[in-house]
Amino acid sequence: MSATISSKTLGSEFVRKVKEISGQNLHLCYQCGLCSGNCPMVSSMDLPPRQVIELARLGLEEEITSSRTVWTCASCLACTVNCPRGFDLSKVMEAIRLLTLRKNVDHLRPEDISPQERCALPQLAMVGGLRKFSG
Amino acid sequence: MSLAYYPGCTLKTKAKNLEEPAIASMEVLGSRLEEIPRWNCCGAVYSLADDDLIHQVAPVRNLIRVKEQGKNEVVTLCSFCLNTLKRANLLMKEDAEKRGTLNSFMDEEIDYGGEVEVVHLLEVLKDQVGWEALAQKVKLPLRGLRVAPYYGCTLLRPREVAIDDVEKPTILQELLEAVGATPVDFPEFAECCGSYQIVSSPDDIPKYAWHILNSALTHGAEALVLTCPLCDYNLGQGQKELMKKHDGFDGVPLFYFTQLLALALGLGPQVCHFELNYGEPELLLREKNLLPRVEAL
Repeated sequence: MSATISSKTLGSEFVRKVKEISGQNLHLCYQCGLCSGNCPMVSSMDLPPRQVIELARLGLEEEITSSRTVWTCASCLACTVNCPRGFDLSKVMEAIRLLTLRKNVDHLRPEDISPQERCALPQLAMVGGLRKFSG
Repeated sequence: MSLAYYPGCTLKTKAKNLEEPAIASMEVLGSRLEEIPRWNCCGAVYSLADDDLIHQVAPVRNLIRVKEQGKNEVVTLCSFCLNTLKRANLLMKEDAEKRGTLNSFMDEEIDYGGEVEVVHLLEVLKDQVGWEALAQKVKLPLRGLRVAPYYGCTLLRPREVAIDDVEKPTILQELLEAVGATPVDFPEFAECCGSYQIVSSPDDIPKYAWHILNSALTHGAEALVLTCPLCDYNLGQGQKELMKKHDGFDGVPLFYFTQLLALALGLGPQVCHFELNYGEPELLLREKNLLPRVEAL
């Protein structure tokens, strides 16, 4: 992957909004990778969680939003409780999801779930999933 | 003794086998789980965005219902409800600015400042009933039943709402010992089952489920015990497919902790609703001579 980092990306609106919505200081992370090592979903991700933080603070919006990683995160908080820097990656993942959802672009719509699945799924899966994946 | 109780949506529909044995068991133990009036869905997942207050309204309204009852504690059974209510409660307690905004937005409600304590039934059993007192009420010790305690995510994370030690929880093991079963520790006790990813990436879930189930079996468990209806679904519904894929895997029964509690208290299958479980638990219980003895009680 090649990407151009500039003062424009570093100071972008994307970086500002991720910080604002997540309430996290992106520069706390020292890239030790414990988040990736502890993530039970990492085998389904195209970008390991550690790289999401790095790309977010560099302002590489396109690289992050074209990845499926934030949509694969299950907010299980394994990263959060194991971070030696007290950084809450789950909040950054949520902020990046919301930056898409708030543009009225849903990752999943109720009609994408088949009627059979809708009947079978526990209610909390439907409520939780649609909360995370639709605006 | 009457305890204010928040059931949540799933317990009234898909997880009756979590709720009914809990209510019946608590009666035996001398407490009544009293449903709070006009409860609403807690929202299932806690909002992780700093600027999103609207999703705090649903859980906080439930806490207000408890306060209106003059109670200072509310009991939950579902791990997700516990997590969402407890985190929203913490927000109301600790963040004066957001508390002010939410209270003024919910103009028709009484003001709320985090006065209610949110607890899980496991904590009630441990701290209010006590393991020794519980053990004395056991009519059918679950001897010889080797069960892996599976905590999942939301009972233990984040740290500030965990019901037990995040790295080394023991509360489910303690319950199993009190009812005469044998706890089987395994490393994946708190690994995520895939959670709400079941709605968007259902094909990924069997991979996560297999990792957890296979580890429990490898460590000598005959069944898993859990607290969460979503863990139950994710670990259970794909077992038939996993049996086709993995030679020698014949499925593994999943129990809610309340079912093992009720069974040990002598309440029997009509209360436990094992027919709603995954992994054919009745076969295992018959094999262990735990069902016929119950029916004879």
